[in-house]
Amino acid sequence: MDAGQMLLARLAGFTATLRDNGFAVGLAEAADAARIVASPLAARPALLGAALRALVCADAAQWRKFDDLFAAYWLARGMRRVTKLAGAAPKQGAKTLRQLAEASPHGEPRATDTPTRQGNDEQNNPADRRGRREGASRSDLLARTDFRHIADPQALAEAHAQAARLARVLRTRLTRRDRAQKSGRRIDLRRTIRASIGRGGTPLDLVWRRRRDAPLKLVLLLDASGSMSLYTAVFTRFIHGAMQNFHAADAFLFHTRLVQISGAMRDKNPQRAIDRLSLLAEGVGGGTRIGECLAQFTRWHARRVLTRRAVLMIVSDGYDTGEPGALGAAMAALRKRCRTIVWLNPMLGWDGYAPVARGMAEALPHVDLFAPAHNLESLRRLEPFLAKL
Amino acid sequence: MTREEIADGLAAVGYIADRDLATALLLMDMLRRPLLIEGEAGVGKTEVAKALSDLHGTNLIRLQCYEGLDQSAALYEWNYQRQLLAIKAREGADAEAIEAAIFSERFLLARPLLAAIRQDVAPVLLIDEVDRADEEFEAFLLELLSDFQVSIPELGTIVAKTIPRVVLTSNGTRELSDALRRRCLYHHLDYPSQDREVKIILTRVPGIAAALGRQVAGLIAALRREELAKVPGVAETLDWARALLGLGVADVGDDPVAVYETLACVLKTQEDRARIGRDVTDRLIAQVA
Repeated sequence: MDAGQMLLARLAGFTATLRDNGFAVGLAEAADAARIVASPLAARPALLGAALRALVCADAAQWRKFDDLFAAYWLARGMRRVTKLAGAAPKQGAKTLRQLAEASPHGEPRATDTPTRQGNDEQNNPADRRGRREGASRSDLLARTDFRHIADPQALAEAHAQAARLARVLRTRLTRRDRAQKSGRRIDLRRTIRASIGRGGTPLDLVWRRRRDAPLKLVLLLDASGSMSLYTAVFTRFIHGAMQNFHAADAFLFHTRLVQISGAMRDKNPQRAIDRLSLLAEGVGGGTRIGECLAQFTRWHARRVLTRRAVLMIVSDGYDTGEPGALGAAMAALRKRCRTIVWLNPMLGWDGYAPVARGMAEALPHVDLFAPAHNLESLRRLEPFLAKL
Repeated sequence: MTREEIADGLAAVGYIADRDLATALLLMDMLRRPLLIEGEAGVGKTEVAKALSDLHGTNLIRLQCYEGLDQSAALYEWNYQRQLLAIKAREGADAEAIEAAIFSERFLLARPLLAAIRQDVAPVLLIDEVDRADEEFEAFLLELLSDFQVSIPELGTIVAKTIPRVVLTSNGTRELSDALRRRCLYHHLDYPSQDREVKIILTRVPGIAAALGRQVAGLIAALRREELAKVPGVAETLDWARALLGLGVADVGDDPVAVYETLACVLKTQEDRARIGRDVTDRLIAQVA
């Protein structure tokens, strides 16, 4: 084997590594990579790295990840290849390829960073077992929450049906809107003339101009703190349904941190979706810092995720341990970015509950619809209100 | 061309590129793939295409994407008015002859995409803010970018005379499809480093002293570290440098009032304006002066 062939064999290994890490490297890309390796660009590692990076990366997250992968493979720098972590706590120190694979697209911590604070009130409080507990806590929960029960087929089917209904409701509303617009529609002169060609230039068939309507986008922010643990499963199922049924949807979990779960929940196979979610969801069931998480959402995700056609649905009990004022400021910023904010509060269904918690009181002025929701039934009752938004 | 030649060439036409970008542009020619550039607003994505067309001395054909952009605005359209006139003018003539006449190239309005593949010299085709267009348009674009031919039902298939250099830019308002991303080379453009920004100022603002250029770049770098709602881009930097130059400021330390008053060039929201008050400005000036 000569040097060129050896290089090509190494390259094949590298493309395999990239595919393992979620890069979409097709045959055409592999062929182009081979051309790069055969060109003068392969003379220096830095050049080769820059060239391959431009070829195989598809977004900013991959762009940032590539250098580490490249160094690990070609220069064997500070990397170990680990097959599966399976429940073991991630070790500090040299990053593994798998950890890189899990690094979040926007740089905020995800499953692989170990929280520094250890919750003690969580472990000692017996009420926590049942999850029904008022108040919030600052601590992160280390234990990985078991999401398996979420995949219960029947419950999942119900949640999907509900999400599909909701998607339909929001769409019906759009068609109604469309019809109302017809009174104000104008003639599309260009297309009318085009249509008249077939009639020898007499404009018999008029073409009307209508406003094009795109369906709404749903963005879900689910509070997954300890005080919400009774409802997390219901809404996780609902999110899974929404991801499949809405034209466009995005979902995030937040507790003391914010985690984007759209990718995991878009997985059609519920079991796989839940596996991926469990990896992401470390810290679920701990305390809440709603204000910080929302601010983080505004800063890193809102620009991409929220459009003028987005409905932002926040599911939280509003028990916040962050700085006073942070939640209100974050909500005000979000208000400017999206069309509608819906806040679903499971506690609102309880007798004698009033939204006096400081967090809730701060958020309320910025919310368009504030409603109770603790199960699918209550979501169903909400449909008419959501349809009116 | 080598990477260094490309970087030097771009510098000669007023664009200071980093080495990675030069490599990506080199690959564009080598692999004949489009280049997708992503980055924050104002980092100079569109400028790359302009500089590239200057570098190769070719036309720049620009397609600005927006919601609802369709084939008739992007690819081609028949000139219906002229067709109607032609029909009237030839009334009574043989129908087949009229049809052949009105569906000829003379009545075809070439929109940017069609125009780009019919040039004698390969132009630079800039598809700006492709994320604003609809998903259907993206799929259509993908087809065009792989085949470089267009079929017009009345006229037949038009095959590209030359393959344009295609630059796509995206702001990330919508996720692009994986297929489009895979088809393209990718470059993530960040705000320029302070050194590069100094070079950009000195290249693009004629008559500015190197000292002032360095100070402006330093101030901008400091401002970008503040938590701003709208982070100033390169265009803002250049505006600001021009403003200070125009006001006769030679050293920002000597004239903090002028610096404060010209912040309007850089801070574009009321919130940011309130955040960067007189005291913050003075602190930033003290850092660079």
